[in-house]
Amino acid sequence: MLRFLVRRVLLGILVLFLTVTLVFALFYVYPSDVARSLAGRQATPETIALIKARLGLDQPIYVQYGRYLVNLLHGNLGYDYYHNVPVTEIIGSALPKTVSIALGASVIWLLLGVLNGVLSAVRPRSIADRTLTVFSLFFYSLPTFVLGLTLLYFFYFKLTIAGITFFPPGGYVNFADDPFTWFRSLILPWLTLALVQAALYTRLTRGSLLDVLGEDYIRTARSKGLGERRVVYRHGLRSALTPIVTQFGIDLGVLVGGVVVTESVFGIDGMGFEAVRAINDQNSPVIIGVVIVAAGAVVVANIVVDMLYAVLDPRVRLN
Amino acid sequence: MSEETLRTTEADEGRLAVTADRDLGGPDGTGGGAVDTADGPARIQGRSPWQLAWERLRRDRVAMISLAFIVLIVLFALLAPLMAALTGHGVNQQFNDVGLTPEGLPKAPNGTFWFGTDDLGRDIFVRCAYGARISILVGVVATGFTIAVGVVVGLIAGYYGKVADTILSRVIDVVLSFPFLLFAISLVSIVGASLSVTIFVIAMFSWASVARIVRGQVLSIREREYIEAARSLGASSTRIMFVDVLPNVLAPIIVYATLLIPSVIVTEATLSFLGLGVPAPTATWGNMISEAQAGGLYQLAPWFLAFPSLLLLVLTLAFNLLGDSVRDAFDPRGDRMLQK
Repeated sequence: MLRFLVRRVLLGILVLFLTVTLVFALFYVYPSDVARSLAGRQATPETIALIKARLGLDQPIYVQYGRYLVNLLHGNLGYDYYHNVPVTEIIGSALPKTVSIALGASVIWLLLGVLNGVLSAVRPRSIADRTLTVFSLFFYSLPTFVLGLTLLYFFYFKLTIAGITFFPPGGYVNFADDPFTWFRSLILPWLTLALVQAALYTRLTRGSLLDVLGEDYIRTARSKGLGERRVVYRHGLRSALTPIVTQFGIDLGVLVGGVVVTESVFGIDGMGFEAVRAINDQNSPVIIGVVIVAAGAVVVANIVVDMLYAVLDPRVRLN
Repeated sequence: MSEETLRTTEADEGRLAVTADRDLGGPDGTGGGAVDTADGPARIQGRSPWQLAWERLRRDRVAMISLAFIVLIVLFALLAPLMAALTGHGVNQQFNDVGLTPEGLPKAPNGTFWFGTDDLGRDIFVRCAYGARISILVGVVATGFTIAVGVVVGLIAGYYGKVADTILSRVIDVVLSFPFLLFAISLVSIVGASLSVTIFVIAMFSWASVARIVRGQVLSIREREYIEAARSLGASSTRIMFVDVLPNVLAPIIVYATLLIPSVIVTEATLSFLGLGVPAPTATWGNMISEAQAGGLYQLAPWFLAFPSLLLLVLTLAFNLLGDSVRDAFDPRGDRMLQK
C-alpha cells in the first residue's frame, strides 16, 4: 500500500513537473509582445525595455524558469501582467466556482450513470433498458456546449417568456451568501456537464454489472437465499464499480475541459473562464497558474481514485 | 446453412479477429480464411475475417442507416460550392438588405434562405455546407494522424519491450493525465489558431490511447510462433512489425478509429466555439454556434443555433452508432449500445 502510494505520488510529481516545464517553455520561448502591448501604442523602445526588465522578461530563459520554480515551491504563482494582482488571488476567487460546478456535476453524473446502468443491467433488453440506451447514445453524442445552449434556450429563455423566472441566464452566487440561489444558478451548468458523461457511465455500468452478475459467486449468493436487491447492490455492484472508478479517474481531465466550456456558456468566471480570458490577453502567469492548479487537481484526484479501488473491491491489493 | 451454425462460427471468427489470433497478411499472400478448415466448416472456407465482418456490418440496419447519414453529410460538404451556386449566396457574402430584417436581425428560414440568415445576413444553409467540410476534414485527417502516431509508438513499445517500453509507457501515462483542453488552448493561443494547428493539437493529445491499445495487442502477438518463424527467416524488425504484427492489430484499430472520428469532430467544434479553432470568418459549425451565442442572439434567432447544432449532433450520433456496429461486426459477443 505504502509503496504503491509513494510510486503514484512520484509519478504525479513527474507529471506536474513536465506540465510546468512544457507550459513554461510554450509561453516564454515563443516571442511575446506583452511588453509592447502593456507599454501602449506610442511607447519608445526604452519604455518597452524597461517594462521587460520589470517583468523579468529580459533575463535568460533558464533564469526565469529557475526563478519560477523556486517561487512555485513557495506557493507563489507570480503576478498578473496587467493589474499586478497575485495569480494565487485570481485563482483563489475562481476556484470555488469551478469546484462547485465540478463537484455537483460529478455527483449527478455518477449517480445518474450508475443508477441507470443498474436499471439497464437488471433487466437487459427490457423496454427500460432500450429506452435508457437510446437516451445514453443521444446525450453521449451531444457536444457539451450545444447541450448547454439548448438548456439555456428552453429553461431560461422560453420559461422566462412564459412567465416563470426560475433559472438565471448564468452567473454565480456564493454558497455562503445565498445557498438557494447558489443551487438555482448551478442546476443548468451541472446538468450540462453531467448528462453527456452520465450517458457513458450508464453504458459502462450496464456492461460491467452484466458481466459480474454472470459470475459464480453471484449464483452462490442467490442460492444462499439472499434477496435480489442485496445480491445486485452488495455483491454485484460493488465489484462492478471498479471499471467505473477507473474511467472516472481517466475522465477527470475531461471534466476540467468540460468545465472550461460550461463556464464559458453560462458566463461563470471560474478557472476555465479566467484561462480563456488570460489566453486572449496573453497573460502568461495566469494561464500557467491555472494549468498547474488544474493539472495538480487531476493528479491528486487520480491518486485518490486509485486508493478507492482497495476500498471498493476487497480483492484488490495495492502493491 | 442454418442461422444457428452461422452465428456460432461467426462468433468464433470475430473473437479471433479481435484478439488478433491469426496472420491475415501471411508471407504466402493468402488471406487468413483459407487456413481455417481445421476448426471451421468447409462452407465458409475462403472468407477472411474481414469479409465476415463486412457481411455482418452490411446486414446491420442501424449501421447502414448511420452510414447513409454520414454519406449524405459528406455529399453536402463536397457539394458545398454547388449549394452556393444553387442559392446564389456566397459563403461569406453578407446580404445586408434582403438577409436582415429592418431592425437588423437575422431572418428566419424562408424560400431564399433555407436555413435562415445569421447576424451578418449570411446564408446559414451555405455556411453549414462549408462548415461540414471543416468538420469532416478535421475528423478524418486528425484521426489519421492520431492513429498513425499511436500505432507506431504502440508497435515500438510492444515489440521492443524493455527500456523502450518503459520509457514510452511512462510518456503515454503522462500524456493521458494531461488536462487536454487547457493545454490545447494554451498551445493554440501561442502559435495562433488555424486549421493545421487544430489538427496538430488534436492528434498531439489523442495518440496516447491508441498507442496503449496497440501496445497491449502487440505484447501478446510478438510471442507467437509465426513471429519467431519470420525472425528465423531473417526478417528485419521493421518488416516483422509492419508486415507480420500490424495486420493482426488492425481490427481493434479500425474500431477505435471509427469511434475516434466523432470525438475529434466534437473537439474541433469545441475549440472553434471557444474561439481557438479555425478562425472566423471561416464557416465552421463551432464558429457558427459561437456566433449564435454571442449576445444571446440565438434566443431571438433559434435557427442560427439549431442548424449547425443539429448537423453536428447527427454526424456524431451516426459515427458513434456506426462505430458501435463496427465493433460488433468484429466481435459479436461484446456489449453494444443498441441491441438488435
